[in-house]
Amino acid sequence: MGQLVWRRFRRHKMAIFGAVTLILLFIYSIGGALIFPESYANFADTPLRLTAPNLQHPFGTDTIGRDVLARTIYGGQISLMIGMLAVLIEVVLGILVGALAGYYGGIVDSILMRITEAMLNIPEIFLLIVMAKFFGGEIPEVDLFGRTFSGSVIVIVLIIGLTSWMYLARIVRAQFLSLKENDFVLAARATGTSNFEIIFRHILPNSIAPIIVSATLGVANAILAEAYISFLGLGVQPPTATWGNMLDGANNYLESAPWLWFFPGLLILLTVLSINFLGDGLRDALDPHSRAA
Amino acid sequence: MTVLQSSHSQDQQILVQVSNMKKHFSISKGLIIERKVGSVKAVDGVSFLIQRGETLGLVGESGCGKTTVGRTLLGLYPATEGEIYIDNHNVRQARRDEMLTIRRKAQMIFQDPYASLNPRWTVNSIISEPLRVHKIFTSNKEKSERVQELLNLVSLSPRLVNRFPHEFSGGQRQRIGIARALASNPAFIVCDEPISALDVSIQAQVVNLLEDLQDQFNLTYLFIAHDLSMVRHICDRVAVMYLGVIVESAERNELYENPLHPYTQALLSAVPIPDPKKGRARSRIVLTGDVPSPINPPSGCRFHPRCPIAKDHCSIDVPEWRQITDDHWVACHEV
Amino acid sequence: MANHILEVRDLSTRFHIAEGTVYAVNGISFHLDHGETIAVVGESGCGKSVTMLSILRLLPIPPAEIVRGQALFLGRDLFDLSEREMENLRGRDIAMVFQDPMTSLNPVLTIGRQIGETLRIHMGLEKEVIRERTIKLLEQVGIPDPIQRLNDYPHQFSGGQRQRAMIAMALACQPSILIADEPTTALDVTIQAQIVELVQRLREQMNMAVIWITHDFGVVAEIAERVLVMYAGYIVESAPVDKVYENPRHPYTMALLAALPRVDRRRSARLRSIPGAPPNLLVEPTGCPFAVRCELVTERCRVEMPPLILHGPNHQAACWIDVSTGIPF
Repeated sequence: MGQLVWRRFRRHKMAIFGAVTLILLFIYSIGGALIFPESYANFADTPLRLTAPNLQHPFGTDTIGRDVLARTIYGGQISLMIGMLAVLIEVVLGILVGALAGYYGGIVDSILMRITEAMLNIPEIFLLIVMAKFFGGEIPEVDLFGRTFSGSVIVIVLIIGLTSWMYLARIVRAQFLSLKENDFVLAARATGTSNFEIIFRHILPNSIAPIIVSATLGVANAILAEAYISFLGLGVQPPTATWGNMLDGANNYLESAPWLWFFPGLLILLTVLSINFLGDGLRDALDPHSRAA
Repeated sequence: MTVLQSSHSQDQQILVQVSNMKKHFSISKGLIIERKVGSVKAVDGVSFLIQRGETLGLVGESGCGKTTVGRTLLGLYPATEGEIYIDNHNVRQARRDEMLTIRRKAQMIFQDPYASLNPRWTVNSIISEPLRVHKIFTSNKEKSERVQELLNLVSLSPRLVNRFPHEFSGGQRQRIGIARALASNPAFIVCDEPISALDVSIQAQVVNLLEDLQDQFNLTYLFIAHDLSMVRHICDRVAVMYLGVIVESAERNELYENPLHPYTQALLSAVPIPDPKKGRARSRIVLTGDVPSPINPPSGCRFHPRCPIAKDHCSIDVPEWRQITDDHWVACHEV
Repeated sequence: MANHILEVRDLSTRFHIAEGTVYAVNGISFHLDHGETIAVVGESGCGKSVTMLSILRLLPIPPAEIVRGQALFLGRDLFDLSEREMENLRGRDIAMVFQDPMTSLNPVLTIGRQIGETLRIHMGLEKEVIRERTIKLLEQVGIPDPIQRLNDYPHQFSGGQRQRAMIAMALACQPSILIADEPTTALDVTIQAQIVELVQRLREQMNMAVIWITHDFGVVAEIAERVLVMYAGYIVESAPVDKVYENPRHPYTMALLAALPRVDRRRSARLRSIPGAPPNLLVEPTGCPFAVRCELVTERCRVEMPPLILHGPNHQAACWIDVSTGIPF
């Protein structure tokens, strides 16, 4: 079974491209840190501000003279981490809420869906502010990749994860509602299979396609949401770089200094595209109907 | 309808005993606070016995509740009322462990060979699920040997274990479903329209397979179907359902040759016979109208609005479940 | 022949799909006389529906391709008509009723509106006349209280009533041919009996020719005057209805009849099952498609498709073997 999935996945050229690109992006942002120290990424060489790409600074420098290349490397660590972890939270919550509501129905469904709708109806900005205040300042710093992250990164991951699961939950619920009517679910119940197994081994694998699509979109959203939250002063604080806040900072220099937005923008684009292709490939590889090699 | 047997008997010859079983599905409205606005009386007081090794046919038109009988009997739908015993286990009062035992002993074969197999699972996972759930074998080797044995039993090549359901034809899928049902060595199988989705030339194969398996393992079947010809062929006894109740039951030849209830008579006369000369010679009772809604079933005898011989009292009094001959029961005032 | 209202000659239809070519209909010929009822019987995938959809030009092209053949309606080849002429003819001269009335009726329009639409398009009648005709039609197909039911939506009708409404719609323009594609398969036997009786009555009243597609040999015996048995895209036997049951000349017809249990007979033995399954239509057929499942198979069967051989008036079968003796002709 695993072999078959791998064989199908391998045939999906774009998916392989996506996987390779994603690995390269990780190598770029983690391996790059071995070449440039973090202090270099935050060192402002003010006289050299807004220098176009050259040999010294291959990606140019920003508005206060920091090296854009080094900043995309350190920013990448944070952005990729936020993207992945936030989506992980989103997917876990979305699946749990959606699966329980859809499978059990009745009162469980009513309660969970009312909560979901309430979450959707509260303006996101309000949720973000409340949660940032709620979590802010209490979370200790963490060490990762030999680097110290402020607790605010974790807060951001939580905030994004906790405010983005609702759409996925509704998708999963709809899938469960229709899939649970299938006779194979009744057959499993007649066999004596537990509800837990029916939910996770029978129904969930059949609703994997929309979950993957939703999760891939979620990664892109999370990376961009981080910029938005940081802009409100609730997330990652300067001078720590993220792809999101670099892109945000390029706002006023769209024409005069295009390298400011081009490189972080390109990296976000590559991340989103590669995750998308990867998701497509995974979805097809996991689908037994797709023709095997 | 009065019950056949009001208390549970310990007769070892009887495998399945159902008394006055009811299943009402409530229709509710409202979001958080649900209130009941009515109920669909899908099964409304059904009683029958099934002897070990015999096949009881349950026939009736769509919506008569026959599928619900099968599912409620196995505890897949909680019964609203009544007593259900399978091999001396009380289905309605079984706790988790006893329920698992019942699940092992009583299995089900489904109508739709497409929807009844998980499309994401291989044949091996599908057939070994009961082995896993009931912890019948511990080693993987024993498990896969059992799967091979089961595939052989249903005449499928054991080489196909790693295939997915969509790679099989309808008839082959039905064999996979049968293999799954047999995996836990059940004594009783509810066959819910197991052949009606299959082509004619495949139907006979599956029916013969079911009969062979019955002989080999002394299986007991509840055969739910709307194909009255096939039911006459495969069943020992037949019960006819109409709108949630059993209106007549008898040994098969007795029922087909001497139907007493006007509904049974109409039903049998509507079955087309593959013989044009005989078909032209026979007279037919064509029923008017449609089956009424099970939400508000007619008063008295449920068949009275469509019955060709209904009298006044049929709309008031519920007919008694009466024994006419040794094994021929009917619920009709006018018989 | 002047009496043929429809004559199909050498029709072949294929589908080009990702997996290859589906040989759905492989050179079939048959005719239908004025006012005659024929049944086309066969299992799923035998090409019975594809044949009718080909004739009515209702198949999406591509993936479908009508490789060759003619479908002569009153002498005019339907495959030569313009799309416009064909639209006029469908519903007016040749009408069709499908298996599932729920998917063939528009759920958001009232029944009256849907029947009226057919009348308006094909007959260009006045509003009042349309209303009267619609009520009359609903009455004819046995729907009680037609005036009230006019404003009901399809979901307010029961399965049997929906099929009646479909028939009313098909008969709105008094077609000369009615093609009924498994119209009773989704219905219960008592309702099936009602529909069969209804179609028979209307056919006589309107002197209509009927092609009834089914897999049920019981229904065939009730409704048909002549029977075409199809297997894997071929007509393997064609005969008057009594002959099919009394004296089938093709091993497939014989095997199918033997595999049927009978409601009017006591069980005598196990069912005679046909081994194997219908052939894969993705493989270009060589020889007789039934050869691999046939008890009487010879070497010749595997390499050469037998032509339809005449066994009596209107009775043909495509088999190299004389089934009564088991000896090749």
